[in-house]
Amino acid sequence: MKAAAPALLEVQDLAKAFPLPRPMLQAMLRAPRRSVQALNGVSFAVRRGETLGIVGESGCGKSTLARCLVRLIEPDAGTIVYDGADVRALVGAGRRAFNRRVQLIFQDPYSSLNPRMTVRETLAEALHVHRLRPPAAIPDRIAELMDLVRLPRDALDRYPHEFSGGQRQRIGIARALSVEPTCLIADELVSALDVSVQAQVINLLLELQERLGLTVLFVAHDLRLVRHISHRVAVMYLGRIVELDRTERLFSTPSHPYTRALLAAAPELDPTRRSRTAAVRGELPSPLAIPPGCPFHPRCPYAFDACRSDRPELYSLPGGGLAACHLVTPPTLERAS
Amino acid sequence: MSAVLETRAAPVRSRRRRIGATLASGMLILAASLVLAIVPGWFAPYDPLAFDYGALLQAPSLAHPFGTDNFGRDMLSRVIWAYRIDMQIALFATIFPILFGCLVGALVGYYGGWPDVLFGRVVDALITFPFLVLVIAIVAVLGPGLINMYIAVGVVGWVFYARLLRAEIRIQKQQEYAAAGKVMGYGDARIVLRHLLPNAITPVLVFWMTDMALVILLGSSLGYLGLGAQPPAAEWGVLIADGKNFMTTGWWISIFPGLAIVVTGLGFSLLGDGMADLLRPQR
Amino acid sequence: MSRASAPDSGPCIALAIQGLATTFATSAGPVRAVDGIDLEVRAGEVLGLVGESGSGKSVTLRSVVRLVRPPGRIEGRAIWQGKDLLAIPERELLDVRGKEIAMIFQEPMTALNPVLTIRQQIDENLKAHTGLGRGERARRAIELLDLVGIASAAERLDAYPHQFSGGMRQRVMIAIALASQPRLLLADEPTTALDVTIQDQILKLLLDLRDRLGMSVLLVTHDLGVVAQTCDRVAVMYAGQIMEVGPVVDVFRGPRHAYTLGLLGSIPSGGAVRQPLRSIEGTPPSPSDLPPGCAFAPRCAFVTDACRRRRPDLVPVGPDHLSACLHHDQVVRAAS
Repeated sequence: MKAAAPALLEVQDLAKAFPLPRPMLQAMLRAPRRSVQALNGVSFAVRRGETLGIVGESGCGKSTLARCLVRLIEPDAGTIVYDGADVRALVGAGRRAFNRRVQLIFQDPYSSLNPRMTVRETLAEALHVHRLRPPAAIPDRIAELMDLVRLPRDALDRYPHEFSGGQRQRIGIARALSVEPTCLIADELVSALDVSVQAQVINLLLELQERLGLTVLFVAHDLRLVRHISHRVAVMYLGRIVELDRTERLFSTPSHPYTRALLAAAPELDPTRRSRTAAVRGELPSPLAIPPGCPFHPRCPYAFDACRSDRPELYSLPGGGLAACHLVTPPTLERAS
Repeated sequence: MSAVLETRAAPVRSRRRRIGATLASGMLILAASLVLAIVPGWFAPYDPLAFDYGALLQAPSLAHPFGTDNFGRDMLSRVIWAYRIDMQIALFATIFPILFGCLVGALVGYYGGWPDVLFGRVVDALITFPFLVLVIAIVAVLGPGLINMYIAVGVVGWVFYARLLRAEIRIQKQQEYAAAGKVMGYGDARIVLRHLLPNAITPVLVFWMTDMALVILLGSSLGYLGLGAQPPAAEWGVLIADGKNFMTTGWWISIFPGLAIVVTGLGFSLLGDGMADLLRPQR
Repeated sequence: MSRASAPDSGPCIALAIQGLATTFATSAGPVRAVDGIDLEVRAGEVLGLVGESGSGKSVTLRSVVRLVRPPGRIEGRAIWQGKDLLAIPERELLDVRGKEIAMIFQEPMTALNPVLTIRQQIDENLKAHTGLGRGERARRAIELLDLVGIASAAERLDAYPHQFSGGMRQRVMIAIALASQPRLLLADEPTTALDVTIQDQILKLLLDLRDRLGMSVLLVTHDLGVVAQTCDRVAVMYAGQIMEVGPVVDVFRGPRHAYTLGLLGSIPSGGAVRQPLRSIEGTPPSPSDLPPGCAFAPRCAFVTDACRRRRPDLVPVGPDHLSACLHHDQVVRAAS
């Protein structure tokens, strides 16, 4: 990895809430709408060629974040800057050009491919709409794409239902690659696949990243996989990033109590290391009612007064990472050391 | 967290869709109906309009398999010639509803918003009234005749197609391949026409088949009431009406046209069922 | 609390499955979801049954208590308390199901009745299997909710399933399952649909309950991490057959079947980061089209002709450790 490479993608204070529909009576009474606070001020930067892992449990907002980045969902507030351009302001041809550069691969292999189009038609459409190749060159390019994702060429005239989950994900990857993106966002790419198939698809992703110099955002809930392929990892909780650090540092010395709990809760593969106490108590709060102050404080073993009232910012850690916890603010650290 | 899904062995050959008995019989009946509609002259033994005073009210016999009516007209020929009009009714009375209905349904289904709310109210208003009553009311205003019947059915009937397609489009819109299309930078028109519509259209096509059967019934009902095809034109409803005064002396005048309605309607229904089986998406 | 006893005195077996085979008749021909397996669950242990989708692990669980409906056909024996569960009349089976053997499922929302309160659902079990009176049943219900860690049990009894979160619903399901103090708990992927931190809580709860109530647990899962953290012994299933059985520590440290090795290798273990994982080529066979010899042969790196000719038997390869692999010594060398 090049040292001090400039940021390819910069996100600042991204926010998104989904209002819930309310009965007509309440609408007439102008009762306030309840909304799901999916993203509550997310900020981070990704360097060119890097793989950023984004982990979290249900309600943390990682899928919403992924969709905001490709503009499937329009955020309520915040900025997204890709390669120097403000993404939210793009329209028309500029927006189509952006779609070519940042692609999203979906989670569900069973609904992410049009069941009535053959593989060939799916791939050709992308090349055709974006005018990436003259019509005569399209079959060659399609064959190239199939080779890239290690699928046999005779699969081209088949329909999605004739393939297994892992193969469908490869087709999804081929489709995303057909527009020659520089950044791939994988939203739970392998969560719906068997373990042995996951490994195949992960290996493919690693290989493609090397060959094509892609920047990858890997959104997942599987900590082991994220650890395996990411350079840096961001941990999300209830719509915010609570820790962001280099992979190995995050996994060996997590700073945020939630990160620690998450790592402790994830079942380890070593049967000789077992603990009998649960890593964290309590339930995941609903994104409809996010606790005030630090959202993790009801479940945090170290919570104190400030945690209940003041929301912590992402503070810089001595080693270079970021953590949103009052315990790591400079005064607290000084007191601790 | 989603459950882990089934894996499947390397590319499976598509399961050969077999044309089942349902579809085959439906196609057979429909094909026969079309042939009779296009070239009735090849099959009808007599001129349907020719009076024959020497053969009034004759029971079915070898010379007249379906008997004759009170003017001596051969019923078999009249029933056969009626295919032309009734098949026309099936087509013309449904063509505007399906085209316009699909247009509206796709638009409100995809875009939603206030047009969708407005559409919902229009649907509520129109389906409150019994379909037949509404059609009769409109025809009563416009005057009897097939063209006016087509207009009446068009004004009311498109709603059913629109509602159906709207629901299907909304379902397909939730599928990830629709989102994938947007991420790929495809425009709305392409997503709706190339992606959503082919996956949403099957129930509409099946409904169309059933609707054609229903429309024949409707045409016949109006014909019976004197509001549809006008005598001396041979149309099954008209034929049934002709025989209503002769139920004891000439039962064959009403019964055979009635059977023709049943068989043709059955043909469309079977075709619709068979198509539904054939087009059902494979997982 | 008796666990598996010391090797020399022989373990006490709670459930003995012998020659279990479950076949489904489909339009594409008979599908053998479970292809003749032998398995024993010992008193007080947690036995993990691990495999990927299509391995037949869930069908095995359901076959044991005859939850498989026609066109499924079950063959073999499942010996519980001296009775063969697959042969006894329905009436006797109903006495066992829900009372001596309980089952919990993956999706608590569909396993719980959405239109009945929690109280009613626990009550249903108690009424069917115990002779307790009304007051006693109410007391027992509160006891059960406390047991599974639901706070303010008395108030929550009259709530409906949809008013609970996923983790809580799973606890409720466990409470219902435990109502009549079963000796054996069958758990079909109980934490797959839950978040990691909640999964952790539920698994620890299951271990806790196992210790307090002295029951055995047959835990079906696809997650090897869950097996490592919860199970005493593990059986690895592939294509409806048992490939390897043994104590968890032994199987993980020294796998003796090529499939187990491949499975363990597919999981990133925190070592060489960003290096390709040791994945298994190909995909599992279709259950309607099983190869004659070892089911794993088409994908195996150690395969020889002998493997393809005849399906290998489960043979002892170590203390209390069985494997159906002809080349198990090569496998264990490759693992170290």
